[in-house]
Amino acid sequence: MSGTLCIDGIAVPFSDGQTIIEAARSAGVYIPYLCHRPGYAPYGSCKLCTVKVNGRTNTACTLPAADGQTVISNSPDLQHDRQRITQMLFVEGNHFCPSCEKSGNCQLQAVAYHQNMLDNHYPHFYAQRELDASHPDILIDHDRCIFCNLCVRASKEKDGKEVFGIAGRGIHKRLIVNSPSGKLKDSDISVDDEAAHVCPTGAILVKRSAYLAPIGERIYDHHPISEVACEKAVLDTQAAKGHASCDQAQLAGQVPQNSGSDSHYAASMPPAPDIKHGR
Amino acid sequence: MYEYLETADPALVAAGKLKRVAVDPVSRVEGHGKVTLLLDEDNKVQQARLHIVEFRGFEKFIQGRPYWELPVMVQRLCGICPVSHHLAAAKAIDQLVGVDPANLPPAADKLRRLLHFGQVLQSHALHFFHLSSPDLLFGFESEIGKRSIVSVLADYPDIGLQGVKLRKYGQEVIRMVSGKRIHGTGAIPGGMNKALSQAERDYLKQDIAQIVVWAQAALQLVTKVHTSHLPYYDNFATIRSKYLSLTKPNGALELYHGGIRVKDEQGETLVDHYDYCDYPALIREEVRSWTYMKFPYLTALGKADGWYRVGPLARVNNCDFIDTPLAEAARVEFKLHGGEAMVHSTLAFHWTRMIELLHCAESIEILLDDPDLLSSDLVTKGEKRHEGIGVIEAPRGTLFHHYQIDENDIVTKANLIVSTTSNNTAMNESVRQVAAEYLSGRELTEPLLNNLEVAIRAYDPCLSCATHAVGKMPLQLELVDAEGKLVDKLIRHSNGEFIHGSE
Repeated sequence: MSGTLCIDGIAVPFSDGQTIIEAARSAGVYIPYLCHRPGYAPYGSCKLCTVKVNGRTNTACTLPAADGQTVISNSPDLQHDRQRITQMLFVEGNHFCPSCEKSGNCQLQAVAYHQNMLDNHYPHFYAQRELDASHPDILIDHDRCIFCNLCVRASKEKDGKEVFGIAGRGIHKRLIVNSPSGKLKDSDISVDDEAAHVCPTGAILVKRSAYLAPIGERIYDHHPISEVACEKAVLDTQAAKGHASCDQAQLAGQVPQNSGSDSHYAASMPPAPDIKHGR
Repeated sequence: MYEYLETADPALVAAGKLKRVAVDPVSRVEGHGKVTLLLDEDNKVQQARLHIVEFRGFEKFIQGRPYWELPVMVQRLCGICPVSHHLAAAKAIDQLVGVDPANLPPAADKLRRLLHFGQVLQSHALHFFHLSSPDLLFGFESEIGKRSIVSVLADYPDIGLQGVKLRKYGQEVIRMVSGKRIHGTGAIPGGMNKALSQAERDYLKQDIAQIVVWAQAALQLVTKVHTSHLPYYDNFATIRSKYLSLTKPNGALELYHGGIRVKDEQGETLVDHYDYCDYPALIREEVRSWTYMKFPYLTALGKADGWYRVGPLARVNNCDFIDTPLAEAARVEFKLHGGEAMVHSTLAFHWTRMIELLHCAESIEILLDDPDLLSSDLVTKGEKRHEGIGVIEAPRGTLFHHYQIDENDIVTKANLIVSTTSNNTAMNESVRQVAAEYLSGRELTEPLLNNLEVAIRAYDPCLSCATHAVGKMPLQLELVDAEGKLVDKLIRHSNGEFIHGSE
C-alpha cells in the first residue's frame, strides 16, 4: 500500500511497509527519536516520537503509515512531553556533556538541544553504575545508557550474535552482557561489530577514539539533529521547492514551525565538511 | 619571617581577648578564599591567615575514568587557565601512549605551544587589566566604588580597552587551535586533533602586530607605576623566597616544556635541569588544619625552609634570558632594578607578568610564520605505559599532573600540584607581612583591608584550581547539646587516624 499522509500540514507520501517516522524522514520531516534507527526493526521504547494520529496517541516509529492519516507532531503539548522525557533520561543516568567524549556527536545531547532543554527539571538520581573497561577495544559506560535496545538489536540482527540484553524492570533495568563473567572481555563482541558503534549516547564506545574529531567537525556542530537526521538531498530539494502542503488550512494556524538552529557553534565556526548521519 | 603570626597565642584566644576581622570573600581573584585576622585590644595583629574555603576534589573523581578523558575533564577545573590543565594532562597522557615530549610530531608541539602562548597572554591580560589595574591606577586604599574594571574603562578608556582586546586576542588564538575560547578539545594522546587552516592562520596574523604594540604599552605602564612609587612598591608584601620554574635546556624562559630550576634567595642555583618526572623526590606537600589548600615544600630543605614561589616572578628571576628580543630587553632592565641577583618584590609579579605578556605576543608572531602549524602530521604512538607525568608553566606557575592507569586504561591514581598551591606559604607570608607592617595597631577600615587583597592579588591566585585532596583533610565533628555543652567528639587527623571521645 502506498499513498499520502499529512504531518503538521505537510503532505508526506509513503511506500508500502513504511512506518510514519520512516515516511516522515524520507520527506525531510523530522520527528525526534532515540531508540529508532533507520534500517532497524521498530522497538518503540523511548516514546520520544509520540504523535497524535487521527486524534489518538501513537509512537511514530511503530505505527505503519496509512493513506489519509492526519498526524500532529509539533504541537506544544507533544513538544512539552518530549522535553520531559528527555529530562527524565538525563536525571536517571549520569550524563556530563562537558567532559563526555561523545559530546557534539551524541544523539541524546542533540535531541536535548532540539527540545530546548535548558535544565534537568527533575532531581538527579545519582545512579551508582559501574564502568566495564575490561574489553581491550570497547568500553561500556553504564552511566550513559538509556536502554534504547539498539545495541541489543544490532548484535542480534546485524552481527548475528547476542552480546547484549536488557535485564530487570523499572528502576532496576540494566544493560547486561552475555558472557560467563558478565564482562565484555569474555563476550564474543568484536570492535568491527555494528553493536560497538550503534549507541546513540556515549554508553558503548570504541576505546582510544575520543576527541579525534575536532570541534567544528562533529556531527551536530553546524547542523541541528532535525537536519542531520534527514537525507541531505531531500532537504536540498525541499529548500528549493518547499514542502508540499496537504491543504489543511485548519492546521496551519495552530502548528508551530519545525524551528532549527539548536547548534551552539553554528554562528561562529567556519563551515563544516559535508557531514552525514551515522557513525 | 612573619611565621609567628600564623597562630595566635592559645591563651589569648581562650581568654576571649582577641577580636576577629574577616575579609570574605577575597575579591578580584579566581575562586573563593578569605582572610582572617585576630586583633588584640590595641588592634595589634596576633594572627593572620589566608584560608581557601572551597573544595573541588578533581583528584578523586577522575579516578575510575578512562585516561583519554583527562585533558578535557581536568581543564574544567578552571575557566581562566583551562588550556594549561588541558596541556599538562595531555603531556601526561602522551607518556601513557608511549610518547615523550621529544617524540611529539613538530606540528603538534608547535600547535600546543601556540595554544599555550594564547592562554598565558589572555590570562595575564585578564589579571593585570581586569583584576589588578584598579588597585595600581587608583591606589590600594581608594574608595571601594573605584576599584573595578568599570572605573578603569571610564577614567582610562584607552588602557581599559587595550586590556580587553589583548585578552580577546589570546582567546581567539585558543579558539582557532582548540575550537572554543574556553574548554575546547585540541590535545589528544600523542598529538593534536587538528592543524590550523590557512584561513585561521591568516585571521590570527592580521592583528598580531597591534597586539605586540599593546603588550609593550602594558609593560611600559606597569614599569612606570612600579618605579614611580619607590620604595613602597619594592617593600609592600615583599618576602625573600626561593623560586621554582621550568627553563629551557639553554637556560631560557620556558612555558611549555623544560627542566625544573630552583634558585635560592641569593640567586644561587639549588636544582637545575631536573627531570620533572622525578618530582615526587623533589617536592612534598603538607596539610594544615585551617585551610583546604596544601603547602608544598622542597623535600631536601624541609617544611620550614623548603617553601618557594612560582609564577612570572619566579620564571623571570630564574631564567638566564628570554628568547624574544623585546621581552629580553625588558627582563634586563627589570633585573637591574632590584640591585641584587633576585628581585623579591611581591608587586614585581605584575611587572614580570607583563614581560611575559610581551614574550607571548612576540612568540605568537614568530610561530604564525611557521609552516608546521598547517601540517597534517599531528599524532604519533608508542608502547603503552601505566604512569604519566606532565608539567607545564601555567600563567600562575609550575603545574604538575601525575596519573596512573590500570591494564584496562582506567585512571587509578591522580595527583595535581596546582601553581597556586605552590604559592600557598608565600601568599600567607605576604598577608602576614602586610598585616604586621601596614595594619597592626591601626583602626581597620575597608580601604585599609584592601591592602591584604592587593598582596594576594599580586600572586594571581586561582583558588578553585588548587583544592583537591580528598580524605586527607583533618576533620573535627562535635556533638553539642541544647545548652551548648559538648557531648561527643570525633577527630580524624590528616594521617587518617580517628580519635573518638568526649572531653
